[in-house]
Amino acid sequence: MEASSAAGRDTTPGIEEVLGVARRHSGEKVIKAVLFLAAATSVLITLGIVLSLAGETIQFFRDEAVTVGGFLTDANWTPLFKDPEFGVRPLVQGTLVITLIGMLVSVPLGIGTAIYLSEYAPRRVRAFVKPTLELLAGVPTVVFGYFALTFFTPTLLNNILHLDVSVFNGLAGGIIVGVMIIPTVASVAEDAMAAVPSSLREGAYGLGASKRQVSTRVVVPAALSGIVAAIVLGASRAVGETMIVLIAAGQVPTTSVDPRNPMETMTAFIGATGKGDIPTGSTGYKAIFAVGFTLFIITLLINTVAIRFVRRFRQVYD
Amino acid sequence: MVKTVPEAENPQIPAEPPAAPAAVSVPTPTVSHPEVVDNAIERPVFETRDLAVRYAGKPAVLGVSLKVPEKEITAFIGPSGCGKSTILRCLDRMNDLIPSATVEGTVLYHGHDLYGPGVDPVQVRKRIGMVFQKPNPFPKSIYENIAFGPRVLGLKGNMDEMVETALRRASLWDDVKDRLKDNAFGMSGGQQQRLCIARALATDPDVLLMDEPCSALDPISTGRIEDLMHELKNSVSIVIVTHNMQQAARVSDRTAFFIVDLDGGEDRRIGRLVEYGPTGRIFTNPHDTRTEEYVTGKFG
Repeated sequence: MEASSAAGRDTTPGIEEVLGVARRHSGEKVIKAVLFLAAATSVLITLGIVLSLAGETIQFFRDEAVTVGGFLTDANWTPLFKDPEFGVRPLVQGTLVITLIGMLVSVPLGIGTAIYLSEYAPRRVRAFVKPTLELLAGVPTVVFGYFALTFFTPTLLNNILHLDVSVFNGLAGGIIVGVMIIPTVASVAEDAMAAVPSSLREGAYGLGASKRQVSTRVVVPAALSGIVAAIVLGASRAVGETMIVLIAAGQVPTTSVDPRNPMETMTAFIGATGKGDIPTGSTGYKAIFAVGFTLFIITLLINTVAIRFVRRFRQVYD
Repeated sequence: MVKTVPEAENPQIPAEPPAAPAAVSVPTPTVSHPEVVDNAIERPVFETRDLAVRYAGKPAVLGVSLKVPEKEITAFIGPSGCGKSTILRCLDRMNDLIPSATVEGTVLYHGHDLYGPGVDPVQVRKRIGMVFQKPNPFPKSIYENIAFGPRVLGLKGNMDEMVETALRRASLWDDVKDRLKDNAFGMSGGQQQRLCIARALATDPDVLLMDEPCSALDPISTGRIEDLMHELKNSVSIVIVTHNMQQAARVSDRTAFFIVDLDGGEDRRIGRLVEYGPTGRIFTNPHDTRTEEYVTGKFG
């Protein structure tokens, strides 16, 4: 007994040495701190953006020419006129119309592309289509904008389809915004479908399902949360898209929802006004931030609803 | 073991000589031992003749000729890589889903060539049910899982009744009748596998192919599946692939023993059928020494 405990004591210093490696973990702490800073950066930047937006927005609403009720309900947006009106509705409406058109284009084409690539495409076709899609995603939006303005509107919409649209119009802007976000929707949706375990497909094939039935009744429902995420991501990009709408849709804030006419979105107003020679501190200048804040709220709403939906339908496969 | 088959008719029947080598791109290695195949079955559900499967031209399993009896349980056993699952998947044309797989030889289903011209694999799978290694319920409700097959087939009739019948046949009804709308993922592994069996039964197939259905289950769930198989064999023919020799001995009426043939070298592992006959005889009086070594646990 004594001997064995003595022997145990003899080995203790050795054990301490072994357990002492904790000291070597100081490097670990540095790494942890650096990584924490990296993660904190995006949070801090978001916070900074919100604060700077909120500050100027509050200033904007303190202006005697502005009321919150008028901002939300007035039908005219003429902040730079001599006798300005600050009703944000035309801008919000322009954004919604263009986003809606964009989604009408991008959702069917994007989801269709995703189903084709994930379920139908032979390997060789896939190897060609995927990089092409990524190429489309890499086209600068200013190029899309001039494509809409100088080709899409005059040649396709007017000369071929005879839709009799204005030079600047919401239709071309919306459709090209939709084209721009097809790769986003397709790629996120395809990832979701590829993540559906092949055992589910086998199960369905084993029951005598055709390829179409396997795709529409098993793969798409099983990937639903990811597909919704793809659509929301696309919608967020459409709401936030600036260059295409600025170039192709015009700068006429209007409550008309006829997309053949020029319309102005919130982003187009911010972009156009921000680059103009508007004096800092003027009501017009502060209006930029108020519109930016409104845009921020709208995107936040979309994302919150989407996250709820995605959580509710998310299926975890082991 | 309860045996419903008449005991081995004539076990000494020599195997059919390997059919004349077909014109194939990869040379077929010669068989070192003739297989001992007892194919004395009157009205087989399936009959394979010199069935072979290749992946990207490389042979995976060669020269399988056997008859699967009706309303009995046939087990395919053998070590990993012996091609038993591959052969099973030929019986409902699941191998068609693997682009690199090619199937040679003949598979007759009630005398009809399953790989004949104009045969639609989708139609084949509507008649032949399959249960997989890992339970693979759809991420839908229990009810919708069962209703999937009838809906895909466009079956007319009372769906509630069809769902109940299928769940009863899989002895799952009492477990789930109060939560048919719940997601199937909330069930235990054994229940999920019985759900998959019920799902396959919902379209009333005449054959059930089971690919190691209990490999992911605990012994109690395994026992319930085996009991279920005994009940089902009155109404469906069952072919089961299993790693578990005791399971084959417990549930099956006939057993086919496959082996990995290394004749072609280490990188050319080829599955072959070694012996096929009534389960009792395979386990108590195997004619091939390799079968004997396997069933007595000397390898595998």
